Amino acid sequence: MIRFILIQNRAGKTRLAKWYMQFDDDEKQKLIEEVHAVVTVRDAKHTNFVEFRNFKIIYRRYAGLYFCICVDVNDNNLAYLEAIHNFVEVLNEYFHNVCELDLVFNFYKVYTVVDEMFLAGEIRETSQTKAWGPPRSPSLSCPGGRHPAGSGPQGRRLHPTASGPQLRAEATSCVLSNRAVVV
Amino acid sequence: MMSWEKPSRCLRASRSKTGQKGLALPPPPRPRQLALLVGLLKAEILPLTLRVRLTRERVRVEKAVKETYLCSLLGKSKEAEIKRINKELANIRSKFKGDKALDGYSKKKYVCKLLFIFLLGHDIDFGHMEAVNLLSSNRYTEKQIGYLFISVLVNSNSELIRLINNAIKNDLASRNPTFMGLALHCIANVGSREMAEAFAGEIPKILVAGDTMDSAKQSAALCLLRLYRTSPHLVPTGDWASRVVHLLNDQHLGVVTAATSLITTLAQKNPDEFKTSVSLAVSRLSRIVTSASTDLQDYTYYFVPAPWLSVKLLRLLQCYPPPEDPAVRGRLTECLETILNKAQEPPKSKKVQHSNAKNAVLFEAISLIIHHDSEPNLLVRACNQLGQFLQHRETNLRYLALESMCTLASSEFSHEAVKTHIETTERDVSVRQRAVDLLYAMCDRSNAQQIVAEMLSYLETADYSIREEIVLKVAILAEKYAVDYTWYVDTILNLIRIAGDYVSEEVWYRVIQIVINRDDVQGYAAKTVFESLQAPACHENLVKVGGYILGEFGNLIAGDPRSSPLVQFNLLHSKFHLCSVPTRALLLSTYIKFVNLFPEVKPTIQDVLRSDSQLRNADAELQQRAVEYLRLSTVASTDILATVLEEMPPFPERESSILAKLKKKKGPGTVMGLEEGKRERGPDVNGGPEPAPASATSTPSPSADLLGLGAVPPAPAGPPPSSGGLLVDVFSDSPSAVAPLAPGSEDNFARFVCKNNGVLFENQLLQIGLKSEFRQNLGRMFIFYGNKTSTHLQTKPVDPTVDGGAQVQQVVNIECVSDFTEAPVLNIQFRYGGTFQNVSVKLPITLNKFFQPTEMASQDFFQRWKQLSSPQQEVQNIFKAKHPMDTEITKAKIIGFGSALLEEVDPNPANFVGAGIIHTRTTQIGCLLRLEPNLQAQMYRLTLRTSKETVSQRLCALLSEQF
Repeated sequence: MIRFILIQNRAGKTRLAKWYMQFDDDEKQKLIEEVHAVVTVRDAKHTNFVEFRNFKIIYRRYAGLYFCICVDVNDNNLAYLEAIHNFVEVLNEYFHNVCELDLVFNFYKVYTVVDEMFLAGEIRETSQTKAWGPPRSPSLSCPGGRHPAGSGPQGRRLHPTASGPQLRAEATSCVLSNRAVVV
Repeated sequence: MMSWEKPSRCLRASRSKTGQKGLALPPPPRPRQLALLVGLLKAEILPLTLRVRLTRERVRVEKAVKETYLCSLLGKSKEAEIKRINKELANIRSKFKGDKALDGYSKKKYVCKLLFIFLLGHDIDFGHMEAVNLLSSNRYTEKQIGYLFISVLVNSNSELIRLINNAIKNDLASRNPTFMGLALHCIANVGSREMAEAFAGEIPKILVAGDTMDSAKQSAALCLLRLYRTSPHLVPTGDWASRVVHLLNDQHLGVVTAATSLITTLAQKNPDEFKTSVSLAVSRLSRIVTSASTDLQDYTYYFVPAPWLSVKLLRLLQCYPPPEDPAVRGRLTECLETILNKAQEPPKSKKVQHSNAKNAVLFEAISLIIHHDSEPNLLVRACNQLGQFLQHRETNLRYLALESMCTLASSEFSHEAVKTHIETTERDVSVRQRAVDLLYAMCDRSNAQQIVAEMLSYLETADYSIREEIVLKVAILAEKYAVDYTWYVDTILNLIRIAGDYVSEEVWYRVIQIVINRDDVQGYAAKTVFESLQAPACHENLVKVGGYILGEFGNLIAGDPRSSPLVQFNLLHSKFHLCSVPTRALLLSTYIKFVNLFPEVKPTIQDVLRSDSQLRNADAELQQRAVEYLRLSTVASTDILATVLEEMPPFPERESSILAKLKKKKGPGTVMGLEEGKRERGPDVNGGPEPAPASATSTPSPSADLLGLGAVPPAPAGPPPSSGGLLVDVFSDSPSAVAPLAPGSEDNFARFVCKNNGVLFENQLLQIGLKSEFRQNLGRMFIFYGNKTSTHLQTKPVDPTVDGGAQVQQVVNIECVSDFTEAPVLNIQFRYGGTFQNVSVKLPITLNKFFQPTEMASQDFFQRWKQLSSPQQEVQNIFKAKHPMDTEITKAKIIGFGSALLEEVDPNPANFVGAGIIHTRTTQIGCLLRLEPNLQAQMYRLTLRTSKETVSQRLCALLSEQF
């Protein structure tokens, strides 16, 4: 089962944290820091899996954001790896080219999407059209161009539809560009 | 830009409009024009240009909203942000406290702001009530924010829980799928015990009801799973079980996806009840696997039909053995074959998503094949498939293939292929680690030498992070598969040469144990270490092993003039000065052994021992050894020397401590590592079942301790073959025979509270005497077993025999880990006249044993006394005297109890006052006590003040018994 889901940027700012087991606040903070330390040092040639305490973390990087899912050691790595991608594609549909700022300001919508797709530490829904759910009217779900162009590093689109090698190329270019992260 | 506090009317209207969408509720009053436009928009009769303009307007408004609401919270600097947030919090607080009732929209706005602030990492301590109020709103957005707040900031405030549960109940009953979804998600996210109690009955009904919407069913299934995980006893599997199983047949694949997770978890606990799920899962799987890539519409992911559901179904099947029904079995085999076939087909897409999804299913299918382990044909195909992945260019796949192969752990694979992966071409160290794991797993007698050689050669270039583990693995394999022990010795010496720093004590202890226990290898070992030591630079661990082995078996190679005694000694002594203190100490022992083995080098060695650098060494241990050994070599006769410095006796066979270390390093399997810290703190005596916080470690004999193996549990003591005599098996770990406490032992126990020596237990056969000493949090207890009969007494492993009328001694080391009340129990089992005798006595280890007396003046005492004045810290007991009230005896008892007796502190000279510190491993607890005798009433009043409640209580109880 999924123990927690974390979305962090390269600076270690948490953009989403979803816990599926009981942790106290200090423990959560510690986990967040540890995950960041473990995941950010890995390069693109490494696997997308890291052993973590008695679990493992399946992670994927999109532009400056790390999407991490912590699961039991005997869980299926590739299934969760693609679950991340599926989730990002849904976010991309939902926010019409999602970027980090969307996750910051529309946090409540992100939480709703997460709950549609993952619940109680399990994958709940995998269909992309169903995952963005019934209650949101079309006008709310995909208003385009809400973000002024060039809104800094956070405004960078995640481009989840790009295939693996391209993604990685972009990820590397992000590492190379030394732009400071505000927020 | 609009100000935050006062959104304009138009802005507000626009927000409520968007919040309102999609719900058939009466719209709140809003400017007529806008309402009209919205109506037109809905009806899609608005001219396109107007719609575009309107959309632009909305975007602009939304942007403004976002900037005013949220962006302004993000200051340029941390200080500015905090300042801004504090201001905002004050504003929200005043809004919530204000006289004017807030409308739903403002409430939602402020609660949402609080959430945002919380998610930025600031503490929020109010707003819970407002969030709960939002739950009863009829608007989706308001409800949503309310539920989100509850889920993120759960507060176990009982008053609120009741209100929350009420709101959830209403939403569950509303039959509105959206509201039901929100309520179910909230239960699943919070998943507290209280919620389990409130809803465990309701949710199964929602799950199996015919008229429940699909999305609600999905949520209900997982909600139930969450409650089952938190409190399984509250979710008994009822008659709904069979209906839940039939959800596997549901039309809606989302429902099946959610239900499969629930069924898998339930089936792990009660496999019988969910047995029917096997055939349903197989048929569902078969339908998915054989479907065309477009059949499943939304559930097809990059041309792979329902990959996640397939994975889940395959996992469900892993809860069961292969299906018995041949039809089901055949169908499953077909499915698995299809999955394996698809792996060979050309990919339908070049995207990595396609291959990942396909391989996710493939790996799960391989897991199932390995789990069933029944179809040789499939197993071979799985092996081949994994072999192919080893060559794949995707790092992920190589890693996973190695991981799966480990579970298969067979030597079928060519380890040539595996070997290439531990070499440095693999960039990711975790892949190399997996390769090492696999080599370790596939090692057997036939390929051991080769694999060990490969691991050794890899070790020279291995990543530092995995070296220690490789060293342990090599050491284990070398021991496990050693036919020829010369090979074993070579391997370990090589190991020390290549990676000396990573060779832990366990490894070199073990090689010495093995050499000592096997006479066929001793000569070879001596020769080899001698040769290895000749290298100009050798690792300290090698010096240790060399010193030990030459000290024992140097005589076996002394015949050769190239390794004559003097050459051996000079070789070792040339390393002496470069070594650390423990190694030097070991070498000194080697020297004295040389004195015994080779009388001709005695003068040389004596000179060395006599030198100032030894006799006046700053290190007490080295100095003591030098002085004692020098004296021993001068005064003792050859006979005495030969007896004292005799060859070490063989070590008892025990589980390899290296294996234990590897297991420890690997962690306790899948058990939660996050709780490790907590578990370590738990009390444990020798791993036995008796929970007592004082940890006792028995040390069978001082000689074994030389190798530091005292901490290893003693050899398992089964019933011994000998009979007729007595057998004392005091070290047995097995909890099987726990006799009731021996009569009278409680009385004896009380007597030991104030003294350390005496007879603990006595019957007509056995007498147990004790002598103990304590210092701070540590203690040592000598236990004497006296055989009162005239028959022969056999003990194990203390000493083989105890003659009639004789005594045998056992030493127990004690450490106080934390404060405790229950004393550890000593179980003694012995055989007398053919029948087993069990005796259990409480070892008189009480908290006060760890007392260190503290002297203090009157003023200090009362100052501290006042500091410890809270009610939890003080314990008072008034009791009747059981013994004559003699001042001197009382004083002796208080001192015997362990505290200092403070004279002239109490203004009343008749009272007794004491002070001391209880030492545990982690803390020191200051204790003050005052005993006020009342001679007329024959009563005492005892008051204890310590910084810890449990300590006060325990000490008071212990001491009260004494007067």
